[in-house]
Amino acid sequence: MIRVEHPNDPNKDYGTPSSVSLADIADGAYVETITGYIDGVSVTVPVGTSVMRAAAIADINIPKLCATDSLDAFGSCRLCLVQIEGRRGSPASCTTPFEDGMRVTTQNSELADLRRGVMELYISDHPLDCLTCSANGDCELQDMAGVVGLREVRYGYEGENHLDEVKDESNPYFTFDPSKCITCSRCVRACEETQGTFALTIENRGFKSKVSAGQSQDFIDSECVSCGACVQACPTATLSEKSIIEAGQPEHSKVTTCAYCGVGCAFKAEMKGEELVRMTPYKNGEANRGHSCVKGRFAFGYATHKERITTPMIRDTINDQWQPVSWEEAFEFAAEKLKAIQTQYGRKSIGGISSSRCTNEEVYLVQKMVRAGFGNNNVDTCARVCHSPTGYGLKQTLGESAGTQNFDSVEDCDIAMVMGANPTDAHPVFGSRLKKRLREGAKLIVVDPRRIDLVKSPHINAEHHLKLLPGTNVAFINTMAHVIVRDKLFDEDFVNQRCEEDAFKEWLAFISDDKHSPENSEAITGIPAADITAAARLYATGGNAAIYYGLGVTEHSQGSTTVMGIANLAMLTGNIGRRGVGVNPLRGQNNVQGSCDMGSFPHELPGYRSVADDEVRATFESAWGLNLDNEPGYRINNMLDAAVAGQYKGLYVQGEDIAQSDPNTKHVEAALMNLDCLIVQDLFLNETAKFATVFLPGASFLEKNGTFTNAERRISPVRKVMKPLAGKEDWEVTQGLCNAMGFEMNYSHPREIMQEIASLTPTFTNVTYERLDKEGSIQWPCNDEAPDGTPTMHIEEFVRGKGLFKVTEYVPTDEKVTRRFPMLLTTGRILSQYNVGAQTRRTENNAWHDKDLLEIHPSDATDRGIVNGDRVKIQSRSGETHLTAHVTERVQPSVVYTTFHHPESGANVITTDNSDWATNCPEYKVTAVQVSKVIVATENSQWQQQFESFTEKQLELAEIETEEPA
Amino acid sequence: MIANTKHQTVLSAIEANQHLEGAMLPILHQIQHDLGHIPSEHVIDIAQALNVSRAEVHGVISFYHSFTTSPKGKHVIEVCRAESCQAKGGRAIEAAVKAKLGIDFEQTTDDGEITLEPVYCLGNCGCSPAVKINSDVYGRVTTDSVENLIDGLLTGQH
Repeated sequence: MIRVEHPNDPNKDYGTPSSVSLADIADGAYVETITGYIDGVSVTVPVGTSVMRAAAIADINIPKLCATDSLDAFGSCRLCLVQIEGRRGSPASCTTPFEDGMRVTTQNSELADLRRGVMELYISDHPLDCLTCSANGDCELQDMAGVVGLREVRYGYEGENHLDEVKDESNPYFTFDPSKCITCSRCVRACEETQGTFALTIENRGFKSKVSAGQSQDFIDSECVSCGACVQACPTATLSEKSIIEAGQPEHSKVTTCAYCGVGCAFKAEMKGEELVRMTPYKNGEANRGHSCVKGRFAFGYATHKERITTPMIRDTINDQWQPVSWEEAFEFAAEKLKAIQTQYGRKSIGGISSSRCTNEEVYLVQKMVRAGFGNNNVDTCARVCHSPTGYGLKQTLGESAGTQNFDSVEDCDIAMVMGANPTDAHPVFGSRLKKRLREGAKLIVVDPRRIDLVKSPHINAEHHLKLLPGTNVAFINTMAHVIVRDKLFDEDFVNQRCEEDAFKEWLAFISDDKHSPENSEAITGIPAADITAAARLYATGGNAAIYYGLGVTEHSQGSTTVMGIANLAMLTGNIGRRGVGVNPLRGQNNVQGSCDMGSFPHELPGYRSVADDEVRATFESAWGLNLDNEPGYRINNMLDAAVAGQYKGLYVQGEDIAQSDPNTKHVEAALMNLDCLIVQDLFLNETAKFATVFLPGASFLEKNGTFTNAERRISPVRKVMKPLAGKEDWEVTQGLCNAMGFEMNYSHPREIMQEIASLTPTFTNVTYERLDKEGSIQWPCNDEAPDGTPTMHIEEFVRGKGLFKVTEYVPTDEKVTRRFPMLLTTGRILSQYNVGAQTRRTENNAWHDKDLLEIHPSDATDRGIVNGDRVKIQSRSGETHLTAHVTERVQPSVVYTTFHHPESGANVITTDNSDWATNCPEYKVTAVQVSKVIVATENSQWQQQFESFTEKQLELAEIETEEPA
Repeated sequence: MIANTKHQTVLSAIEANQHLEGAMLPILHQIQHDLGHIPSEHVIDIAQALNVSRAEVHGVISFYHSFTTSPKGKHVIEVCRAESCQAKGGRAIEAAVKAKLGIDFEQTTDDGEITLEPVYCLGNCGCSPAVKINSDVYGRVTTDSVENLIDGLLTGQH
């Protein structure tokens, strides 16, 4: 057993995957090796390595077409033939394992003849239009023709062929041209192995073999999710990006980090000058391992959309025409207003909200500006409305406000419990990685009111789908723990050694109470007692058990309680502190983790340290050269309430759209209307900006430098590939405003901001841009105790020392069903759209989802005389809106579901002010509603009508012309 | 309610075979046998029952000659085109059958009576040339004998 160097040149295709797991490689584990000879060169590789890969590692590159190192060996193209001493014939090197003492010949005249013969056959049925082909310069068939020295095709080109096959251009982003297909099956295998959708097959056989989407359908009509894995795997021009067909091959590229969900995929931004022509998943990206989804891979057109606003604008009131002004004028105008407000209403009458879509450096600057420049702690971030309970709950129990694992860890899990998360839609690349592990035999428990795709889809079948009623998470998690305790299935050694004894005893007494028994909780959760008992036993005894959860856990009145219950469960069963287990919050946006890390909450300085802690505050005070407020500031909901009450008058909002994303829209709108100065910094005139008097143009992730921190605490670089359209990166804008406010900042590059962060935040001490450039990414904590970063947390002991069991009493939400509001509405996301849709709605992704639908169970629909496609009215205690009904058994009876990607849908007009008891994270997931049919199908609710006329007026005032969605 | 009957047939074929290891082929065979084809619109039922994708089922159906997605004629004539039969005059048999029926391979006569299909070896090489009519294999056929067989089929004497 030796440690082997893992070859990982991102620009090289080793032909077949490594036989060593990614996690083992990352850990530098010892592996068994073999040594043989390829063309006389001695090669030592791990057991299980193919001849092809062993050769590639020695830089002996055997010709190949159907092999690529992201897919298992297939052995169909017959180009990679070799000769092996002592064996007959010429085996394919991709499917032949390398062995000790093996002597392989990869090149001689016999092999050359064989390969040329194979190529001749391929080329006899291939259009000879290389010079005008979209893959010219990026075609493996072309390369192989060159490598094998193809000079003539003895068969001629006159015979039967596929040259007249018709293109399928139905997908908005890529084209399928069967005339160029060599039927290597790489696309089919990528759809199966990499993405896990199984949307493609080879239909027919022999000469008639053809790649088919679904049942001989157009790609857009099939189950294809447009992740791009097939396009990435295709060795020819058969599957090509339309952007490349139009623009040609890129001439340079930069590695950067996707700005969509919390998976944080690494991408290569491929450029022609300053034009982005393609995003391709970066092979060495440790979060995505070379995979992508439709958003990150294709939906980047918003960055250059004509509705981008690129000039600062000001106005006195929201009824005035916007005036384009210079940056300096805008900063002065805003600062004057803010200062005047503070003079009149006091120091605490203004504040700021930062966004989880912005970089660490940007959100750090926003909180610094508020704390130092505004002189108060009125800073909050949109993580308030998504994962604030995660921060609170995990800090309380484990000692750190973050997930415990990396994504690679999923490859070692035996049981995955997915709770209130929909990874195949909201975190698609992680979803694919999880599905891969499930196909290898890991078992799945899904806890969700709705039948998400993971419950059952090709080759995936959840062991248990626990269909709980919205709002009963705590009762569920307590019952899981109760069964494990009752049946004595918990890890006593772990609890004794690693957790606080008194707290555990108290918790044990609490959880042993019969009120938590499966039989008693069945009436609350709706989960049959036998199912939850079986699921609990599976979780406790099935091997490495990992919990993955999302906003279905946090966005509740007891969100924090559930998070603590999850941590209790993981500690109870010893499923923490090693690979394959853990508590894994799936963060909604790209930089939720980072924005929380950077001190964006009103009560915490960077690194989750209380503003009331004199010692901590002193380090910031000495670095920034002034005294800081020791009292926590306003949370978003406090800001809105205070604004309605007339005590809060000035707000700076960076890259966040509270008018669409926050609950109880009418309350948010009333608050925004009541402000004297609302400054919005964004790419577009979003819903919030329609209430603003200062607009500062933002920069997309392509236009700036910085870092994002994903759900696995991985800090990854964001790199500028084009100049900011408005001339400034976002951190420069904050700096400009802050300077105008009178607090001086002089950063010349985000690198300097990261230096400051590292110097003031103990978990970031050793993080530098130089290291990120060299290592690709770093998982915090990264300091002298953990110089290489921390893929898995809490290994020897918990961050807080001993793990703390917290008593998690179930308290039903105030949002109850009544005769007037007999159903529960819960909300979520869909694959093709992202959050408020400001980005994805301005791309071709609308081809998949051009409006939000209300999912309703057939029995509820029948009761109300609703049929599929009807316009329906949804009423709650907060408001009402009209949507189109989608009748489906995906939801259970008495539960309806919708998405909130389109502002005119008004999903948040219905949601209420209820929120998590600890963090005020809104209870988006539970709203009591009534649903009824709207007689006039075109009629909108009163709010929707007002929204329409207000939007029309505001667009006029900004002189923006919109186009109808595609 | 013919559609329902079809669907019922598909569902019962699934139910009867689902427990088998490698259940897809037995299911497809039974549906093909019971309905004379595998209705495309019910591929989804097979896929869901086996927890695979529609594409995978489609791949299997289209791979095998034994499966068709549109109804075949009442009778199926398969003419062998493999090496042995060709060597013993199979091409003349092909031509004679096509002429007699007025259709090409993989077509069905207008009256829906007979479907003509090529086959690549019936395992009857010792008695080439061979044809198969429904489930019966005939060896050492001649153009005359094959025409007689077809006449027999059409007059219901087969």
